[in-house]
Amino acid sequence: MDFGPHLMLATLEGAVGAAVLALTALGLSLVFGVMRVVNVAHGEFYMLGAVVAWFVSTAIGTHPALGFVGALIVAPLVAAGIAIAADRLVLKRVDYDPEATIVATIGILYIMQQAALMGFGPEARPVTEPFNSRIMLPLLDWSKGLPSFYYPTGWGAPSITSYKLFVIAAATAILISFWLILSRTKVGLIMRATQLDKETAQAFGIPVNRVYSLVFGLGAGLAALAAVLIVPIQQAHYLMGGDPLLLSFIVVIIGGLGSIRGTVVAALLIGLSDGIISVFFSPTLAKILATLLVAMVLVFRPQGLYGKKPA
Amino acid sequence: MSIDRRSIALHVGLITVLFVGCFALNDYHQGNVARILVLATYAIGYNVMFGYTGLLSLGHAMFFAAGLYGLGMAMHYGGLPAIPAFVVGLICAAVLSALVAVLALRTIGVAFMIVTLMFAQSVFLAILYFGDWTRGDEGFVIAQSTRQVLGLDLTDPVTRYLAALALFSAALLITARMMHVRFGRVLIAVRENEERTRMLGYDVFRHKFLAVVISGTISGAAGAGYGLLFGYVGATFASVQYSIFPLLWVLLGGAGTTIGPLVGTIFMFYLIDYSSALTNAYMLIAGVVLVLLTLFARAGIMGEIRKRWAPWLP
Repeated sequence: MDFGPHLMLATLEGAVGAAVLALTALGLSLVFGVMRVVNVAHGEFYMLGAVVAWFVSTAIGTHPALGFVGALIVAPLVAAGIAIAADRLVLKRVDYDPEATIVATIGILYIMQQAALMGFGPEARPVTEPFNSRIMLPLLDWSKGLPSFYYPTGWGAPSITSYKLFVIAAATAILISFWLILSRTKVGLIMRATQLDKETAQAFGIPVNRVYSLVFGLGAGLAALAAVLIVPIQQAHYLMGGDPLLLSFIVVIIGGLGSIRGTVVAALLIGLSDGIISVFFSPTLAKILATLLVAMVLVFRPQGLYGKKPA
Repeated sequence: MSIDRRSIALHVGLITVLFVGCFALNDYHQGNVARILVLATYAIGYNVMFGYTGLLSLGHAMFFAAGLYGLGMAMHYGGLPAIPAFVVGLICAAVLSALVAVLALRTIGVAFMIVTLMFAQSVFLAILYFGDWTRGDEGFVIAQSTRQVLGLDLTDPVTRYLAALALFSAALLITARMMHVRFGRVLIAVRENEERTRMLGYDVFRHKFLAVVISGTISGAAGAGYGLLFGYVGATFASVQYSIFPLLWVLLGGAGTTIGPLVGTIFMFYLIDYSSALTNAYMLIAGVVLVLLTLFARAGIMGEIRKRWAPWLP
């Protein structure tokens, strides 16, 4: 294969990563935006989603699609339930003090990760895709002077699975519906009001504590949902929460802390470039550059690329 | 007794007890305590920043690793003898912490924590990336024959214990002294109220900068000491887990107390040691302790003791 098909494949693979990353990072961004809580355990809710998906699809077992649909429903609910419990039992009691919540969520991170190690085991386990067919990709041919499409054949011909396309579509649909909820419904209005000014919201009769629990659960649910989508492509493993956590941090910081639109744009940017860079360069080098870049953004432009300057 | 005398008696007494421990403990615990003393030195370094200056770093593993790799590379590839290699380790940690301080101190609060985390992650990934020299996750062993200081064999258990004790005592006495003089008092003032300290005419940035460099260099000394005494250099020591450990030890022992870091390290070390015999998920204990500490004992063991019974505790 020459450069063109390589780049196209890398872009598509990157788009799958970007779609899932956008969902995960959105959860982190939402929690930070509304509650001002840095949830270090966010990656573990992602891991939990994948692990629950494995348990559900194994338990149902008749047809992969049934198990997948079951996991899509059960995994976010389990993650949200645990998150709400963590919010009520721990975060609320330390009054959402920034330092204490970071330390507490580090503790929750280890508790969840190690509980998964005990209950799920140290090995990586696959989940079967609900459907899967190979779709060949057309290439643009300029050799006859006019552009024309052709389908290369044989080993190394560019292709993508239908499931990967589904992941991109599903993530897009979730993002759009989430945006609609946030901007068009009363629940969304309440969440935005709490984000803007907690005290005034409370004065207007908004039950801020319940909103916090809901938001924390929603954030965890989004991470779990992202993991259910990706787990047929990757595998479920108890340490899988580390990378999405780091990438989500990067995305949320680049996009501007608490800015949802910035988060989505940054997720696309980072996800795509991560996919493309990893194909052509060493993934470790790509990660080093990305982390350093993020640290520098925080140092020199703490409001992020999209965020507003603090007044 | 005056507070000064009590504090001198406490530190000298502690070091004496640890010295006697070298001969009173059996082989197993002697080895453990030697390791604890080096790790407690790391915790003391961490405490300078977190406990006294109020700067929560999530990336201290990079300073530990700078000392560890500075010494390790100098001995393994440079063929330097132990003491110059130890100095190389210290210089590496000091330079890195100065660099991190200049950049990270432009931020405050949550951003500061994340920036330190990101820098540490880059250092960790860089160690993996240059795996040809650093041997990455696998790590490398410093030859036993080179681990000699002034004719003393640091691989001998008793010598190793005493060397670890010397390292720990130096760090303990330096910080105890530092918190006694004006410089340390200003650090505490920065922790309590940065704006007011600035208004009183103190150069807050200079004090924070020095706190980061001192903290990083002590942590680096612990790293270099670890490499020298236990002979192993590996990327694990730069991972996030090793940034969380000193936070855990200091929180448990009592942030902002001189002997808290040692107390926390002893407790946590033995807790993990015993629980890892029961399950491979021993980090679960660390998680539970972190959550319980934030919920019920924010001041840690020595902090609670100081609050309830002994307000003079340094």
